[in-house]
Amino acid sequence: MKRRNFLKNIAAGVAIPSLVNGLGVRAYASSPFSSFLNGLTTDTDHVLVIIQLGGGNDGLATLVPLDQYDRLYNARANVLVPENDLLPLTNTTTLGMHPALSGLQNLYNDGQVRVVQNVGYPNPSLSHFRATDIWMSGSNADEYFPSGWAGRYLAYEYPNFPIDYPNPDMPHPLAVEIGYSMSLSLMGPQTGMGFIISNPDDFYQLLAGIQTPAPHTPAGEQLAYVRLVAQQSRVYAQSIIDASGKITNQKTYPDTPLAAKLKIVSRLIAGGLKTRLYVVSIDGFDTHDQQVDPDNHALGEHAGLLQDLGDAIKSFCDDLSFLGTADRVAGMTFSEFGRRIASNASGGTDHGEAAPMFLFGKPVEGGISGSNPQLPASPTLDDNLAMQYDFRSVYASVLRDWFCVPQDDVPAIMLHDFPFINLFQAGLPCVSTGVHDANQAAGKSLLRCWPNPVRTSMTLEYTTAGGPVAIQVLDSSGKIVATPVNTWQAKGNYQVHWDAGDLPPGAYFCRFMNNGQQQTKTVVKV
Amino acid sequence: MSHLDRRTFLTLGTKPHQPSPATADQTLERLPAALEQKLALRAAGPPTSGLTKYTGPWTRDEAIHLTRRALLGPVKADVDYFLGKTMEDAVNEILYAPFVPPAEPVNDYNNPDYTDPEVPFGASFLNASYDPGAEFYRAESVRAWWVRQMMGSDRSIREKMTLFWHNHVPVQFYETQFGSMLYRYNKTLRENALGNFKTLLRAITLDPAMLFYLNGYLNSKFAPDENYGREIQELFVIGKDLPAYFTEDDVKAAARLLTGWRTDGFSVFFFANEHDTANKQFSAFYNNRLIQGRSGPGAGDAELDDFLDMLFEQPEAARFVCRKIYRFFVFHDIDAQTEQNIIVPLAQIFRDNNYDILPVLDVLFKSEHFFDILNRGAVIKSPVDMVIGLFRCFNVQLPGNADLLDNFFISLQTAYRMSDMLQIPGDPPNVAGWQAYYQKPALDKIWINTGTLPRRGQFTEAMVLYGIFGLNNRAVIDALAWAATLSDPANLNALIDESLALFLGLPVSQAVIDSLKPILLSGLPNESYWTLAWELYEADPSNEMVAGAVRQRLQAFLWRVLQMEEYQLS
Repeated sequence: MKRRNFLKNIAAGVAIPSLVNGLGVRAYASSPFSSFLNGLTTDTDHVLVIIQLGGGNDGLATLVPLDQYDRLYNARANVLVPENDLLPLTNTTTLGMHPALSGLQNLYNDGQVRVVQNVGYPNPSLSHFRATDIWMSGSNADEYFPSGWAGRYLAYEYPNFPIDYPNPDMPHPLAVEIGYSMSLSLMGPQTGMGFIISNPDDFYQLLAGIQTPAPHTPAGEQLAYVRLVAQQSRVYAQSIIDASGKITNQKTYPDTPLAAKLKIVSRLIAGGLKTRLYVVSIDGFDTHDQQVDPDNHALGEHAGLLQDLGDAIKSFCDDLSFLGTADRVAGMTFSEFGRRIASNASGGTDHGEAAPMFLFGKPVEGGISGSNPQLPASPTLDDNLAMQYDFRSVYASVLRDWFCVPQDDVPAIMLHDFPFINLFQAGLPCVSTGVHDANQAAGKSLLRCWPNPVRTSMTLEYTTAGGPVAIQVLDSSGKIVATPVNTWQAKGNYQVHWDAGDLPPGAYFCRFMNNGQQQTKTVVKV
Repeated sequence: MSHLDRRTFLTLGTKPHQPSPATADQTLERLPAALEQKLALRAAGPPTSGLTKYTGPWTRDEAIHLTRRALLGPVKADVDYFLGKTMEDAVNEILYAPFVPPAEPVNDYNNPDYTDPEVPFGASFLNASYDPGAEFYRAESVRAWWVRQMMGSDRSIREKMTLFWHNHVPVQFYETQFGSMLYRYNKTLRENALGNFKTLLRAITLDPAMLFYLNGYLNSKFAPDENYGREIQELFVIGKDLPAYFTEDDVKAAARLLTGWRTDGFSVFFFANEHDTANKQFSAFYNNRLIQGRSGPGAGDAELDDFLDMLFEQPEAARFVCRKIYRFFVFHDIDAQTEQNIIVPLAQIFRDNNYDILPVLDVLFKSEHFFDILNRGAVIKSPVDMVIGLFRCFNVQLPGNADLLDNFFISLQTAYRMSDMLQIPGDPPNVAGWQAYYQKPALDKIWINTGTLPRRGQFTEAMVLYGIFGLNNRAVIDALAWAATLSDPANLNALIDESLALFLGLPVSQAVIDSLKPILLSGLPNESYWTLAWELYEADPSNEMVAGAVRQRLQAFLWRVLQMEEYQLS
């Protein structure tokens, strides 16, 4: 009877989300996942820790080109750190590190830091918001991507997310962001790919089970109840608590917010989370004024930030070694832009362009990519550093060489072609294809697309629960460029052939929608 | 009519949690000064204020409280509108707005799977003959129509009172699947929602859907069916708050009194030859009332009138309904003090006005007690409050007549989302209504458990990011359009302050406010960056790079705010 079908279909639409999302903590804790977690060793996938330096870090003060110190002096005497305060780096005489970065210097000299000089992109934006969006999404300056580069990678690696997640193949969050909200970096083509811990306090509460204070009123009593349930029902909470609880002994970290975040990250990695990406941030690099202490340029606001950064990274790397996870963890810093060559009159520096990035950890190939920035003889306030590397080359190289994405697949994630840079040690073992295959199969696939890449005709095979069904093809900007399916169908498996011949080459997202659910697959037109 | 077993559809949720004891020694975050004063005087518990008319300040906070509770919201435009009036005029408008009957539902459900053999697409099915093959769609069409009435409701309490009465005298769509009949039931509730309770109850007693639902149509002198005779006393008028009020003999007498009513789903008939003409003796609880048995065509009406008069003479009748109104609109816990200060005088007003509903609501919504600071934020939003409120707060649009099928489909999916959260209009779990309105001690905490709370979060996330989709349309929050309705969207602090006031049932600490700023500022310290970004967008709204930057941050902000536990409080 048809209406029964309809009802069943509709009812399935109610039931499926409840299965996806109804994995309450109690069910979760008693599942095999917990024991799976206990048996986990350290041979899981590679992990990347992204540290965002919010505000635009002054690259020229972070890594000082000693060969052009005179020109720097002409441009920014009021903020310039004295030459003899700068920290030397092995194997280079033309570069000095900010004295507050002793922790990072230490790691560099130990071969655990890769510097990428002069990173930027063509026609850079000097707006914080726009530049941050560009760095997180990986777009060109003149295009807008509604998804993030890391989110697209996770969508590539776990193509069925979030349908039937968590599952035994991926019982943990795909990414953990210790931040205020979902950042664009971790936005996938359709939904957030990360588990957000809104702030470290919240995180400690999660770990310690402490209730945030609620007023002692009728409303406060209700709030306490909702919070209790919220804490119990966070889908991934138990796995995080379990992982965290397994690590009881860590190296000492400085008492700074960034170090506290990295300490947690280290604990979760060693505790066995299969999470691939961690995102943390440190804000305050927008040093328009009082960048340095006028009496001692080696001190001041910027120095304090760098001290926090270098010391936190050093403690983190030491802790990784201590906990035996150093071989599979790499870190990367980024900031939305560098700062001007010339300082301003308020004792600071204004928004600039290219700046260095740091990659750190045992797997990176220690050293420097690129050359020292080239300064004009008498820099003016308008002068900027030219880019040598596109930041997306760094991302692409991380994807290929650290996350072991086949080179041919990288453009589908980065949405453009970028040259690769050698940042990691040669011959690093990639995880077995078995893990990648398991990730590909994890969850429930509602849409399959082949051949991929496609030249002309692509077969779209999909599974509906009945009722309205649509498949849309979106370009990188989120615009719908084709609608191969838009109909009403009974429950079942279907195939359609879609002619992609008219589309310009590039990466596209095939979005399947049925029964209140969505799934998005990346397809490439060649 | 067959009673299809569709319970499974409605029982997908997990078992409700028992409430947790309040944590001791909870320290105070920033609270309104008035609240702190109150707290200095007394420990937690229901407020002690009474029904005296509220004469305190009439500010944004009070207007939000009123619209949140009496309407489905709060909608920013409604709050502004009411702030231009006095509290008294605001409540008057909410209660006494003229009733404009909504357009009737039509066949909006013809789809490639199913075509109604009798009713063309776009035409009314209300006079179509009963068709077992079609009634599923017709009933769901009524449900979806009802959801849209709530989404589109104006500044009147009528839709919320319609839902209240549905909970009070329910039928279940899946038990009485007959579209035009369910529409008539709903229409009866809506038309009488602010009228007279006796009139409403009489209409519902002889409503075709109710006659089917509680077996009244099977009740005859040859085989009395006690179902309705029991529930009208236990659930609709007298209640079961205290044991041994009425007796089993009272149930039997009521059942005999109600024999002979029949329906075909459209009309109701009285079959005098199936009516029990003997006298009906009631117990001491009803002062040993003897209702004289009648015969002939007018017997059923006459005995029903006597019966209702007898029921409503019981003081408990008014108290019972007033308690339910109180729980629905004010607070779940009725202690001895609230009973004495609020329920007893409200019930007296109810009786003095011959069970007219508006005088009760008038006094309640204008009272010191309603506006008591201790009552604000003290209600856990029902799924209807949460879901429909979200649609209204963000002015989320449905395609309407431009695409009837999508209109149907999106509103029905919205109903099913509420079902995930344990409250789907048209299908309370049983004749007692939703547990959250009667199951002590948990009451409204029943809405929140480890199954339903994540679904609330997923619903708000979906609405912020991608929406509920039909075939050609989506219902989704337009974050940019929403922000443009705020008083001063370019001002970061004003935007946050106003959003939190509208969305959160309790004020939050400065630390929480500070944690929201970085979302809109990308972690930058300078608040003028937001202003700049907003002004850039306003100057060039079609520039996706500018609009995208603002939209992305607003979405992240809304995503976070709507995940906060305070959002679940009303």
